[in-house]
Amino acid sequence: MAYSDKVLDHYENPRNVGSLDKNDPNVGTGMVGAPACGDVMKLQIRVNDAGMIEDAKFKTYGCGSAIASSSLVTEWLKGKTLDQAQEIKNSAIAEELALPPVKIHCSVLAEDAIKSAIADLKSKQAK
Amino acid sequence: MQNHFELFQLPQTFTLDLSQLESHYRSLQAEVHPDKFVNASPAERMRSMQMATLANEAYQTLKHPTARARYLLQLQGVETEEENNTAMPADFLMAQMEWREAMEDARHAKDVNALDQLLADMRAQARDLQQTLATALANEPARAALTVRKLRFIDKVSEDVNQLIATLED
Repeated sequence: MAYSDKVLDHYENPRNVGSLDKNDPNVGTGMVGAPACGDVMKLQIRVNDAGMIEDAKFKTYGCGSAIASSSLVTEWLKGKTLDQAQEIKNSAIAEELALPPVKIHCSVLAEDAIKSAIADLKSKQAK
Repeated sequence: MQNHFELFQLPQTFTLDLSQLESHYRSLQAEVHPDKFVNASPAERMRSMQMATLANEAYQTLKHPTARARYLLQLQGVETEEENNTAMPADFLMAQMEWREAMEDARHAKDVNALDQLLADMRAQARDLQQTLATALANEPARAALTVRKLRFIDKVSEDVNQLIATLED
């Protein structure tokens, strides 16, 4: 299958690969997986005291589209508030990367990873 | 319309006797084999072909534990959501990542033994999950569906590891 230039760019030069300290109270960790293709995605965000996302890291095992989707969202997340991050839709990811229909689930995985990371952060901060 | 278990006259259960499945499948295949219908009417020939196809499909579904569990849930009207449910226990996903990392390490080191060990670990975990299914399918549909999703993961990683072993041994 032919990947779009944007997918290839993120796949060959993924942004923000790595980990944040999951025990940091300002770090939210999201982990999601896609049973059908076996992809696993870990996405972490760190917020500052004003509640803005100042850093995002990811680690993804999966196809090029899954890696590109997670790389792209780490770029998008920086500088956003949690409410703005919550609004990121898989359709926007798919459109930006020109994902073919069979790869839409990769963008769904990235959206779910964002939601999972936010939920983790909120549950930590509620304590 | 008969379901797959009825087709082979087998009890509708996850803990199926596989040798019984095999023998009932063989005898049904023999019964409907197109060779036996060479002189039959076109309608009968068509029907025997359809039966042979159905029997094959049913056999493949019941033979593989993951597919069998998925089918049993379908019969209960429960979707396994393998295509769209991405929420899984974090420790399970961490283990998946560790397997993937071990796979990458073995790929670079061309270490087939490490991959064999990995496969053995996965088989052990798959067996545990199948044990879970044997009980969960009776009255815990949500747990059974999650277990099918986990098995789907393990099936996929096992497939990838087997492929890698084949590539390394080439």
